[in-house]
Amino acid sequence: MAARAIWKGEIKVGTTKVPVKLYSAVQDRTVRFHVLDDRAKKRVKQHMVDPDSGDEVPAEEIQKGYEIEPGRYVILTAEELEKLQPPQSRDIEIVEFVPQTKISEQWYDRPYYLGPDGGDEKDYFALAEALKNKESEGIAHWVMRKKYYAGALRAIDDYLFLFTLRDANEVILADDLTKPSGAAPTQKELAMAKQLVEMLQGEFNPKEYKDEYRERVMEFIEKKAKGHAPRLKAVKPKRQTAALDNVLAKSIESLRKKEKRAA
Amino acid sequence: MPPRASRRRAEPEEEENAGGRPFWSGTLTFGLVSVPVSLFPAARTVRTSLRMLGPDGQPLARKYYAEKTGKDLDADEVVRGYEVTKEKFVIVTDEELERLAPEKTRDIDLKQFVPAESIPPIYFERGYFLTPAAGSQKAYKLLAETMDKSGLAGIATFVMRGKEYLVAIFSDKGILRAETMRFADELRSPADVGLPKKKEAPKATVTKFQKLIANKSKKQFSPAKLADKQTDSLLKLVKKKQSKRENVVKVEEEMETDRKVVDLVKILKQSLGGKK
Repeated sequence: MAARAIWKGEIKVGTTKVPVKLYSAVQDRTVRFHVLDDRAKKRVKQHMVDPDSGDEVPAEEIQKGYEIEPGRYVILTAEELEKLQPPQSRDIEIVEFVPQTKISEQWYDRPYYLGPDGGDEKDYFALAEALKNKESEGIAHWVMRKKYYAGALRAIDDYLFLFTLRDANEVILADDLTKPSGAAPTQKELAMAKQLVEMLQGEFNPKEYKDEYRERVMEFIEKKAKGHAPRLKAVKPKRQTAALDNVLAKSIESLRKKEKRAA
Repeated sequence: MPPRASRRRAEPEEEENAGGRPFWSGTLTFGLVSVPVSLFPAARTVRTSLRMLGPDGQPLARKYYAEKTGKDLDADEVVRGYEVTKEKFVIVTDEELERLAPEKTRDIDLKQFVPAESIPPIYFERGYFLTPAAGSQKAYKLLAETMDKSGLAGIATFVMRGKEYLVAIFSDKGILRAETMRFADELRSPADVGLPKKKEAPKATVTKFQKLIANKSKKQFSPAKLADKQTDSLLKLVKKKQSKRENVVKVEEEMETDRKVVDLVKILKQSLGGKK
């Protein structure tokens, strides 16, 4: 069954508009748990309380405040917050284009598929092809569900994707930090590590990796539901005692043996 | 059932009260080399900057309560349950979740290295910085420098807080960064979504778009282009009200019991510097 579109918009590149529909690219498979009251084994509810008195504060009495300094808030009314909402728009505005490798992984938040929305699908596929040929991605701004979004427009295979990107203040960059201190590895160790990593080098093939844990959790739940949960062993921390160059040499040796066996 | 409640434990982003403790501690391994590390989030949660206040401006706390008795429940009075049939739950403890996959809970075993720029961004979920545990600085640096020089990223799967993640480890200016990734079966294909088959586009249209792209191209990505306009206008309003002394409330510090302001950058620097 085809997915339902979340939103409809138009990509604005120069004076050209490409009408698109937006779909989530993610389907969540996480095992969902409920929070239960330990005594009654019933689902719990949530509410807001005054931490001093412990009394519940009903929704209509709750105010929203921005903390200007510890313990000092400016209260913003519902009307004021509503006025801050951006005006409705269908435009996905492309501010600029950058080479594909220039946005670090850290910025990407959620991916969405864009699909052509009626009319001439050729514009849609032409834009995807152009982005691919130029190895570019567009920095996009749009308003969806009364919220501003900033993101990236990118072609993967033949299709267009729109990613939401994290806010400039959110991401901590390596530049903000300092490299770890302590002893540096020797040239010999570096050479061996290089050799080891190269032996483990391959292509990224995501289908090779399966969430086996999800299945294990579900199996365990089924067994426990029937009343015979297996006993589980404790997790023990691991320690490495041997010298780094010895461990590297052993690693390379064992990989070579594996390769020989496979050949 | 409030959806928030079930999501709380499953999604790390919901848990803001880490109090400066690492999100996960374990061992990063490649070959037989092991590097004990701690994981810290590489992003701050800044988007929800508004706080819920009571009628007198006092900050409120979100609490679980039992519906029948109306009694508030503390963290040690709630458990995690999976609904097997309607209203019938199987309780699963943190310990059980950990013990279900002991190796994966403890180790990030880098079995493969791939060109760092070859992973499509649809996979990336959330970033964490890795800091070396005491005594593992040399092995940490060895891995970081090796990956840096070869332009490779290490791939593994591991279990963090009751969920398995596909993860890519990057060397970022001498610091190791983990990006959790979605599994292939968590991503829809164009056919799943129901997108039409590719139509051959006229050469002229492609060329037209390529020209438009070239005209608006920049060499570098500038994060300033991602400034959140909504937050900006909110801050302007706050400043205006503040200068007019409109609706400003002050509460006693002691009231803020359920929240600690954590300076992530400071914690990361301390941890990278080998300080506890």
